[in-house]
Amino acid sequence: MRFGHKTGSVTDELALVSPSKLSIDKVSKSFRSRAGTVLALDQVSLNVAEAEFICIVGASGCGKSTLLNIIAGLEKPDSGTVSADGKPVTGPGRERLVMFQEAALFPWLDVLGNVLFGLKLKPNLTKKDRLDVARYYLELVDLTRFERSNIHELSGGMKQRVALARALAPNPRVLLMDEPFAALDALTREQLYGDLQRIWKARRKTIVFVTHNVREAVCLGNRVLLFSPHPGRVQEEFVIELPRPRDLNSVELATYASQITHALKTGARPEAVPAK
Amino acid sequence: MKRLSLAVLFFAILIGLWELVYRAKLWSPVLLPAPEQVAEYLKTSTADGTLLNATVITMRRLLIGYAIGLVGGLPLGLLTARWKVFHDTIGTLALGLQTLPSVCWVPLALLWFGQTEAAMLFVVVMGTLWSVVIATDTGVRHVPPIYPRAALTMGSKRLHIWLKVILPAALPFIVSGMKQGWAFAWRSLMAAEIFVTILTGFGLGQLLHYGRELTAMDQVIGVMLVIVVIGLLADKILFSPVERFLHRRWGTNP
Repeated sequence: MRFGHKTGSVTDELALVSPSKLSIDKVSKSFRSRAGTVLALDQVSLNVAEAEFICIVGASGCGKSTLLNIIAGLEKPDSGTVSADGKPVTGPGRERLVMFQEAALFPWLDVLGNVLFGLKLKPNLTKKDRLDVARYYLELVDLTRFERSNIHELSGGMKQRVALARALAPNPRVLLMDEPFAALDALTREQLYGDLQRIWKARRKTIVFVTHNVREAVCLGNRVLLFSPHPGRVQEEFVIELPRPRDLNSVELATYASQITHALKTGARPEAVPAK
Repeated sequence: MKRLSLAVLFFAILIGLWELVYRAKLWSPVLLPAPEQVAEYLKTSTADGTLLNATVITMRRLLIGYAIGLVGGLPLGLLTARWKVFHDTIGTLALGLQTLPSVCWVPLALLWFGQTEAAMLFVVVMGTLWSVVIATDTGVRHVPPIYPRAALTMGSKRLHIWLKVILPAALPFIVSGMKQGWAFAWRSLMAAEIFVTILTGFGLGQLLHYGRELTAMDQVIGVMLVIVVIGLLADKILFSPVERFLHRRWGTNP
């Protein structure tokens, strides 16, 4: 990759930071809705190692996005704790950046402006440092030519690549991804799986990736956690031992995927019977 | 170029029609002067400075009042968008007062402030303020919650989020509110100037009023033309560039 050959603080800024170890301990969260109180997360515990890439799979409404928001510090759990490297998470912060499903890119800024947004909030960087860092990440996602483009001029895949560059730019220890590729077409998605694996390897981040797409999860994760809904719980865990970069269309990957899909279906069966 | 010449042709035809109607003597020349007479009025009153003076006085009232309306309206709109208690109180007040045609403020302004500049200013501020409050409020409410959330995770905090995320995200609404506020301010100022004669300055509205008093139709039409041209210029110079920028950035159709 394109490391080194830079002097001063830019190198520091681009230097690899140690990825976080996350521990989620007995986290519960419920929401009040018209249908009554819904227990979105029920005593969920899990550990994520440094630089591990885990995928959380589950049906819509199983609480997986809620868990991600709690890890991000955007929502508070009713009980239980989330800590990163032993320190409890009390609010959102640039150590744990989120990439959302819809491009949450800011339409009033151009591509470069979006990538610079988080960098401008980092102290002790000169204007030039920030520009250099932003351009480095734009190059990493292969969008150098588009730095002056407006957001609406980009395709869906390009938008999510900008979002990825924006999330990477402040050099977080953890990357939280909430179904970031769900709205993209299959071909673009496959390309982004490749990009994401390459970048994960180059930048060493702890990644928590939420999706309802089983094959996507198997393609990306070291571990795949299966979430069951009502109440949200970790139902089962799969360790994916496939070499990288992984081919979405390989038989081995499909085998894992069918196994997990099967577990997803059987696990979801009790839901058909009215619970409680 | 083609568009420009077409527009020029259109207005030439309009003036030609006017000339034809004048020559047909359908109305008394006192009521309908020839285009030439109006042009003559515009020329002499420009030369002796009356027109320019009046324009400067009117624009000063308008700009000061508009600025006050903006400076007051923006923060009020942010308040009503942010806190329910302000929305239920100031927001409701703004909504109510915005429906009040701003010329309706003139009698009250006259009684409160007498025939002074303050009365003029008051009317202009009332014309601007409520539109800006409501547009800002609506704009802020339409900001997708995902924007501030994304900013939060990048380390943005309260004030920074308001200035760098919510305000720019609401900009398309705010600008259209500013434009509406401008239109209301302009209309109300004209009404106020026509109704109120004050000695501190003789604006375009007052010129219009005295044109009527003197049955000087060339003056009436001439001043009306000036008012139209100022309105057009304000639109082209103040708002069009901003709107073009917004359309380009957001990718909305102009």
